[in-house]
Amino acid sequence: MQEQAQVFPPPPVLMTEKPPFEYQLLKHRAIPGMAKLEVYRANGGYKGLERAVLEMQPDEVVNEVKASGLRGRGGAGFPAGTKWSFIPKVSGPKYVCCNADESEPGTFKDHELIENNPHQLIEGVLITCYAIGAEHGFIYVRGEFARGIRVLRRALAEAKAAGLIGSNILGSNYSCQITVHPGAGAYICGEESALLESLEGKRGFPRLRPPFPAVAGLYARPTVINNCETLSNVSHILREGAAWYSSFGTEKTKGFRVYCLSGHVERPGNYELACGTTFRELIYTLGGGVWKGRNIKCLIPGGSSTPMLAPTDEVLDTPMDFEGIAARGSMQGSAGIIVFDDQTCIVGAVLRLVEFYKEESCGKCTPCREGTQWLVQMLHRLENGEGRPGDLDTLLEVGGNIEGKSFCLLGDSAPVPIRSAMKLFREEFEYHITHKTCQVGPRAGKQLVGVH
Amino acid sequence: MSEAGRQRVLELKREYPSSRSALLPALHVVQEEFGFIPAEPMAEVAAILEVLQGDVEQVVTFYRMYNQMPVGRFHIKICDSIACYLRGSDELIEQAGQKLGVGLNQTTTDGQITLAKIECLAACGAAPCLQVNDEYLYNVTPEKLDEVLEKLTTAQENPYYIP
Ligand SMILES: Cc1cc2nc3c(=O)[nH]c(=O)nc-3n(C[C@H](O)[C@H](O)[C@H](O)COP(=O)(O)O)c2cc1C
Ligand code: SF4
Ligand code: FES
Repeated sequence: MQEQAQVFPPPPVLMTEKPPFEYQLLKHRAIPGMAKLEVYRANGGYKGLERAVLEMQPDEVVNEVKASGLRGRGGAGFPAGTKWSFIPKVSGPKYVCCNADESEPGTFKDHELIENNPHQLIEGVLITCYAIGAEHGFIYVRGEFARGIRVLRRALAEAKAAGLIGSNILGSNYSCQITVHPGAGAYICGEESALLESLEGKRGFPRLRPPFPAVAGLYARPTVINNCETLSNVSHILREGAAWYSSFGTEKTKGFRVYCLSGHVERPGNYELACGTTFRELIYTLGGGVWKGRNIKCLIPGGSSTPMLAPTDEVLDTPMDFEGIAARGSMQGSAGIIVFDDQTCIVGAVLRLVEFYKEESCGKCTPCREGTQWLVQMLHRLENGEGRPGDLDTLLEVGGNIEGKSFCLLGDSAPVPIRSAMKLFREEFEYHITHKTCQVGPRAGKQLVGVH
Repeated sequence: MSEAGRQRVLELKREYPSSRSALLPALHVVQEEFGFIPAEPMAEVAAILEVLQGDVEQVVTFYRMYNQMPVGRFHIKICDSIACYLRGSDELIEQAGQKLGVGLNQTTTDGQITLAKIECLAACGAAPCLQVNDEYLYNVTPEKLDEVLEKLTTAQENPYYIP
């Protein structure tokens, strides 16, 4: 039966072929067995931790990460070292929480990092704890990563037995423990304040801010929350130094990151590349271009919450970093690139995108809870050829009433696919109303009324 | 709850600065043993962790992974979010429903298989994908789905479990 079971990513990805960028975060692809402590250490693992706790003061570690230019990989791209420096120098407990809730459609990098390279993350968490003076770190992993959680727990046990976690780490006078915390299925728990609620054993309702987690986070204590990939990068920065790290990437987005490519491409998957690689390079050179010999209709550049872009030359030649993508009117987000081919019915795709937010709305505030349901209902009507004149403006209006009026960014994200798709393909939405058929795709020209 | 389960919950409790934090992992322990979250062990967890029973219920109903009702031996969850949708997940859901003769969230009469859909599983680069209980299957083609359903019809243990 074993040959049926699959690790992530499934073959042939883990077979060594020459990588486009010398593997750092994804080194496990070239070196089998990286999940084992022995193999990880034989390849430079825990050298960063050694350097930090044996040779550096906590402040020096913060400065090193600041100097590296590392920015958060969870979505907003906030400089990691700067975030750490907000932690007040007070006595009493402080905490580090790794965000591995990874649930944004189009994003699947933490999944690979956890299942294959757990020590790289553990090392990053330990270094971060040392830097801010925390003695307990938590790794919040979405509950569906059951195997990833097993892998992480095994790795923690190994590291503990080797004196890398626990009392007097590596013979220093620094002590720290780490707990893996499984979530239980809720996209909202990736939002950092909801994550803290969930870690405290509650429903994942976002908290009112301020106070910010740096001041009052987990158990109302100063807390740093960083994405799984952000913290995995920290191990490399401490091992090789800030200058080395910032030699990769662009002026304002340093280093390398894992781009997640999905949708209608020949070779979907995770690609580790220097920050600022272009869409064209990722989609065509590495991803093999659009499947079935088709063309791109549009793409989503940074996970389902980021606005769609048309595949113009200008867009395709844009460097994928925070500033580059912002200049095109969208966002880098979590670097999940979703490609749609020219046979995609945009109404159907947008419906599917918005349905996600309806399903995942936590229900705490009315604009998001009710508004997402209305959006989905109206999109359903359009998709089924039952749309009425005026529906498109109503859609935009309802969307506008969610944006800016919601308690957290999940609500703000729900209308994003509608607004961006309508900007690019308004005539296709109108066609659904006037012709009661699709303009493209398998249902083109067929009567939609009563289909569902 | 079994003695082993109780011990596991006590262990979890010791891992956190506040016992209530152990609630989510403790409920996973319950579900592993029973396949869903029955009332009695739920009350036991509440007592061990010193949490009000109502607060535990709120948590059980909030999080999607906790089954409030019994499900089949194998809970098939097919991802139907955008990346899987673009690569044929709707067709897989239809195929599975026809083959099993059940609708979504229904269980085959022999109690063997429950069919469900699920939001993005963070495996979009290997779409379409699904889970059998908590184990993943990637790049699922219609042929592969047939094979999976065939196998699960008679299996006792989850054939897709890897340690
Ligand atoms: C609805 C919602 C879901 C989110 N999900 C995630 C997630 O799954 N993983 C993540 O790292 N950040 C997620 N974020 C962003 C986090 O709130 C937070 O900004 C991030 O974890 C900070 O880490 P970073 O600075 O290292 O990026 C989400 C935000 C929102 C509003
Ligand atoms: S915006 Fe949506 S997800 Fe955020 S708090 Fe309100 S209901 Fe919950
Ligand atoms: S959309 Fe199916 S795994 Fe992400």
